[in-house]
This record gives sequence, C-alpha cells and structure tokens, in this order.
Amino acid sequence: MTHLPAISLAHPFTLIAAVFTPWIAFGICLLIGFFASYLTALSWADLTFVLPATAFGNVIVALLSRFWLHEPISIERWAGIALITLGVSFVAQGPPRTERHTLAVPPTESLEIEKEPVA
Amino acid sequence: MTLSNSVSSTNPWSAAAMIACVVLCSTAGEVLTAAAMKSLGDLDEIRARTGLKGAIRAVLTCPLFFAGVSFLALAFFSLLFALNHLNLSLVAPASASLTLVTNAIAGKIFLKENVDRRRWTAAILVCVGVYFLAH
Repeated sequence: MTHLPAISLAHPFTLIAAVFTPWIAFGICLLIGFFASYLTALSWADLTFVLPATAFGNVIVALLSRFWLHEPISIERWAGIALITLGVSFVAQGPPRTERHTLAVPPTESLEIEKEPVA
Repeated sequence: MTLSNSVSSTNPWSAAAMIACVVLCSTAGEVLTAAAMKSLGDLDEIRARTGLKGAIRAVLTCPLFFAGVSFLALAFFSLLFALNHLNLSLVAPASASLTLVTNAIAGKIFLKENVDRRRWTAAILVCVGVYFLAH
C-alpha cells in the first residue's frame, strides 16, 4: 500500500482499484487461506487451544521483519517473542479438544458386573 | 503506561470504553464462530464426504457462522473508531492481549471448554507477550 499514491476520501473508488494490484490481491488470497485454515482448526480443536497457538504468527512476523526487512527489535519485543513461544509450547502439550465422555464403560459390561454374586 | 499519558485529549473512561467495545465484539465473534464450527463437526471429514463445495456450503449455511462474522466485522469497525480517537500504541496491544484472556473466560463459560491450569498459563503468557510485541 505504501507504494501506491495516497488515497483520499474524495476518491473512494481508488481503494477498489487497489484490490487488483498484484501484491494486494496476493495478500487477500493469503488472508482467505488463513481464515479457511482457522475455521478448519476450530472445527476439531478448542478455541482456547487455537487462539494462543495462532498468536505464534506474531513471532513469525517479528522474526521476518528482523531478518528479511532488517528492522531493529528492542529487548521488550524479544521478551514478547520469548513469552509467546513459551505460552504456545505450554498449550501445545495438552489435548487440543475437550473430551466429553458420556459413559466410560459400555452399558452391557456394567450390567454384567452388577450381576456378579456378592458373597 | 497509563491511559492519561498516551491519550492526549480523550477522557480515560471513554478510552477504556472504546477498548472494551473492541474486546467484547471480538470475543463474541470468536466464540460464535467457534460454536458454529463445533456444531458442524470436523470440516476435513465433511470435505472427504461431500467434497470442497460441500464443506463450503456447510459453513455458509450455518447461521451461527454469520452471527460470528458479523461480530468480527463490528469488532473491526470499532477498532477503526478507537484508532480514530486513540493512539495505535495503546489500542493495538491492549485489544490484542485482552482478547486472549476474555476468550479463555468466554470459552470456559459458553463453550464449556476444559480450560485447565496449562491453558490459563498459556493465555496469560501469550497475552503479556503480545502486549510487549505490539507495544
């Protein structure tokens, strides 16, 4: 977007033209891919598992901006990267989905146990 | 950092209200979207049975999904509104990190997810991490 000329509110249709710029169109395609993958993950994992795990994207963005764009990263941001990595490793060790057990033992087996003589 | 330091002209209470609005809309959107996906079941299995078109149709015909997306859109516009009045260095880290904690609470209450000690620790660590990174 920074390579495009400034867009003013007087000409809002230039925003629509910007959508067809190759880099922006590519970005939108990647965002659609992200949302589709996010929805698929939510269909088999808990929200409280998926959200902290996707926050790892922030770390990737920070590392890409450090090593690809050569932007400086302050000590505070390195601390943020370390904390997110630690948090994601914590959540990744647990089960992704809350298991809802109705009956641990099949009903036929439990009946057989009840039939056993007491004495 | 205090609200009054970073916000030059806006009342700290209205700043907090704007951030709360972003966080609440975003949490409602995430919870409704997650509830929609849970009600559909595993999308990979749906895709294996009915193909990609069937999976897309299953998502697009779920009313909860549209409710979730509407709240996410509302969260986006309230974020734009907040950015119009407040500094980016306050709004971005505050809304991104608070959303993680409110989602953990909402996930436990509304989605009946098993938020154990491990998930609480992860949510708080990521929350502080995102705050440091976005600040």
